[in-house]
Amino acid sequence: MSDPRAIVAGHGAFAEGMLSAIEQITGRSDVFLGVTNSDLSTRDVEQLMRKRIEASGAQVVFTDLPAGSCTMAARRIQRDRPDVSVVTGVNLAALLDFVFGSDAGAADAVQHAAKKGREALAVTGVPRGA
Amino acid sequence: MALELYRIDDRLIHGQVVVGWGQPLDLRFIVLVDDEVASSDWEQELYRMGVPADMDVYFDHVDDAVHNLERYQQDSRSGLLLTGDIDTMTRLVDATGAIGNVNLGGIHHRQGRTQRLRYVFLTRDEEGQLRALAERGVSVSAQDVPAARPIPLAEMLDGEGHR
Repeated sequence: MSDPRAIVAGHGAFAEGMLSAIEQITGRSDVFLGVTNSDLSTRDVEQLMRKRIEASGAQVVFTDLPAGSCTMAARRIQRDRPDVSVVTGVNLAALLDFVFGSDAGAADAVQHAAKKGREALAVTGVPRGA
Repeated sequence: MALELYRIDDRLIHGQVVVGWGQPLDLRFIVLVDDEVASSDWEQELYRMGVPADMDVYFDHVDDAVHNLERYQQDSRSGLLLTGDIDTMTRLVDATGAIGNVNLGGIHHRQGRTQRLRYVFLTRDEEGQLRALAERGVSVSAQDVPAARPIPLAEMLDGEGHR
């Protein structure tokens, strides 16, 4: 076990759900810290996220939606913390890749995880009536 | 078409606005009325980043929005006007006399405010401002997302809150 290396932030129980899935698949609950924006103002989301980043030393923030208030908060934090990377539109595949890839260094791991996340999004079959 | 919703939301552009309302209303433009954001290129870039490429965002100072409102209302596309606080919306209503409905989408906890709904917290002064809007004939209701029931102002302020 080690210090968390990234924040997962999103709407509702998005982060909680992702962290639960990661724990089930990998047994690792030490890589990420979760943040939810539920019922919080933009300012409060930013304060909460900033606290988590400073307390953990995490330099990566994964968020669920480009327009979401978590993404806005993370981008505001980047103004005085340009060493923090923000990845929006994250999915489970990307986070799982980061779990195993981030030991070597966050910079490469972020790019690799984003690539894996994009590759994992696929459509099979054709809905009836299409 | 034209402006479908006049919303007060201290998070300004975020998921509920862009996706939650944006999809069902087929929003093609957002008018963000906020003096601070309208004065900051950086803030504008931040909000524009979160919006799909086929959706326009107009950043107006309050005075500009007063001047431009009629044009936005006559736009053939579907749009949403957004302010971050009650003061700004009240100024728009007073100066134009052309806003008949106001949606409370998110006014969050701050010292001195009392919780009225999960997503609406108000000071006594803010309650007074909203009541004054209603007395001038503006229909004020709280509704965070389209699938939720709109809660009329009187119902929301009835009782001691904390619901």
